[in-house]
Amino acid sequence: MAETALPSGAAARPVPAGAMAARLLSLVAVHAVLVAGAVFMLLPFVWMLITSVKPPAEIFTAQISLWPKNFYGVENYTFALSQAPLLRFALNGLILCFGILAVQLLVAIPCAYALAKLNFPGRNVVFVLVLLGLCIPVQVPAMPLYIALAELGLLNTYFSMMAPFFLSVFAIFLLRQFFRSFPDDIIHAARLDGVSEFEIVWRIVTPSAWPAIAAFSVFSAVAHWNDLYWPLIVISDAKMAPPPLGMMFFADAETGSNYGALTAAATVLTAPLVIAFLIARRRFIDGVTMTGVK
Amino acid sequence: MATVGLQSIAKSFGATKVLGGVDLSIADGEFLTLVGPSGCGKSTLIRIIAGLETQDSGSVAIGGLGVDHMRPHERRVAMVFQSYALYPHMSVRSNIAVPLTMSRMTMRQRLPLVRLMSRSRREIMRGIDADVAAVAAQLQLEHLLDRRPAQLSGGQRQRVALGRAMVRNPDVFLMDEPLSNLDAKLRVHMRTELAELHKRLGVTFIYVTHDQIEAMTMSDRVAMMDAGEILQLGKPSELYDLPASIKVAQFIGSPAINLLPATVGPGGRVELFGRPLARAVEEPAGSAVTLGIRAEALSIGQADPGHGARASFSARLRRKENLGSEFILHFDLAGPDASGVTMRATPASAALVQESSEVTLTFDEGLCHVFNSAGRRLEARDGSSRNTIVSLKAWP
Repeated sequence: MAETALPSGAAARPVPAGAMAARLLSLVAVHAVLVAGAVFMLLPFVWMLITSVKPPAEIFTAQISLWPKNFYGVENYTFALSQAPLLRFALNGLILCFGILAVQLLVAIPCAYALAKLNFPGRNVVFVLVLLGLCIPVQVPAMPLYIALAELGLLNTYFSMMAPFFLSVFAIFLLRQFFRSFPDDIIHAARLDGVSEFEIVWRIVTPSAWPAIAAFSVFSAVAHWNDLYWPLIVISDAKMAPPPLGMMFFADAETGSNYGALTAAATVLTAPLVIAFLIARRRFIDGVTMTGVK
Repeated sequence: MATVGLQSIAKSFGATKVLGGVDLSIADGEFLTLVGPSGCGKSTLIRIIAGLETQDSGSVAIGGLGVDHMRPHERRVAMVFQSYALYPHMSVRSNIAVPLTMSRMTMRQRLPLVRLMSRSRREIMRGIDADVAAVAAQLQLEHLLDRRPAQLSGGQRQRVALGRAMVRNPDVFLMDEPLSNLDAKLRVHMRTELAELHKRLGVTFIYVTHDQIEAMTMSDRVAMMDAGEILQLGKPSELYDLPASIKVAQFIGSPAINLLPATVGPGGRVELFGRPLARAVEEPAGSAVTLGIRAEALSIGQADPGHGARASFSARLRRKENLGSEFILHFDLAGPDASGVTMRATPASAALVQESSEVTLTFDEGLCHVFNSAGRRLEARDGSSRNTIVSLKAWP
């Protein structure tokens, strides 16, 4: 292609100015679309960040400014951190996410291995059931789960927040797709070397599935860090609240209209997730592209 | 060290029959090659010996003991795979150590964290390290022990896979096309290394390949398989010199054997292009047979009546292939069903013919093979006291 040969072959084979202009134009157009998308996605976050450092008087002014005249960040953040147990919410969120993720992986990895690599009667039926499980939203079993947890006296516990999500059909599906591409020969070699099936799963297959596991971890952590629906049902004690529910309790109290403090709290509670994603970004993208799940 | 005995092993995958009752007995310390076109069941057979697949019927014995109920690692066999099948996230050292870790350590000693509490573990680790080092030294892998498989070349990975198999001191080595992923030069080199390794270890080798050259060069005996059956079992020279069927004759030898249609005339004399040869077979007159002539059995020039039974026919040179030390000559034959023949020639004799020129080819009748219409070999005897010259004028 003429475009790709430009740097070295320009002298030998002049490219018509028209072609270059067309190429530039298409580049600009593509980037314009991407930038517009990025702005659309990022603007709420930017607005949250700006609002969190504005004094109350400036938040409701008519003109749009990207930086406050009076920097009010310290006051807003101190207020948010002192009036609401934000760190407690964040800790609850962490415990919730890690607890759910750990059990999900403990269950999903052997399940996915069995579905991908072991031959047993009814395997395809089981896999179809897994796929059907993907179609059931959490709201459907909410009522019986709530009643069961209430009867067992487990409301207002971490367990009640985590239990419905311990079995992730999505994780089973995602990892199964990933494990299918794992070479059979290596599993055969492991069997000949005397590695037990259990150890094949955890010592041979799982280490190669890190991209998929990282991808799933991001999905899982984001979903449960941000989940409001289920904690709202089973948690009434503010001490147990994960971030979104905590934000709700915080907004309900005297801070209802203090948007500076509210956005400061939101910033504090969003940050861990964004940072975690930035760390796992490369693996997340690898995992998603490798398994073909978009 | 052990013998391996297979008794009427049959296996089907769904409706597809892969193995139809294979019997085979392999001597202690023998190098036996299973050779055949892809899909002939040779890989399935070796996997059944390893215990990775279960046969539908029949039994496998290793060292005289039935092993059908045993799990793969209990059978004391080691396998080398075409894809090498190294554990990608482990160093070369750990890869080679895996079989030893599994056999010498308890579950508790292998568990992460828990193993730190085991005192006996260090002692076992030392033994394993020593064994790994010994194998690595034999295979010249010492400087690679800390690398990952991804950082190795194909030949090095192959050697690591060999090391992982050797470190267990198995009774039987199973090799499933171990050289197929290597480039041509390395393959020739590894062929010698494997043959030497077999000699040094003295254990039974069962080697699967689709490459007849590997089968011919390394093995004590070769089992040629097709469609789930063993067509012929014997020394490499037997398969080459006395192929039991057309399929064996076609598969073994490069360039492939020349097959010419012929008929049986009066007295069982084989007739090529309508002219009777000196060879005769026990077949009714008029039946169709196939004559197989190896590329090196042909030569250029008029038949010499004083030189044993030689037949001749004429052909036109289509193409010369220069292999340096020799030439492969491709000839066209006249007639609708005779497509062409290939011949091996020395550079000197190849220089005598020009492309598209017509020459007379002769062959030693004692070296040609006769197959019946079902493809089975027919024993040919001398059917005439005088030498016969068949000549065929293809182009008027």
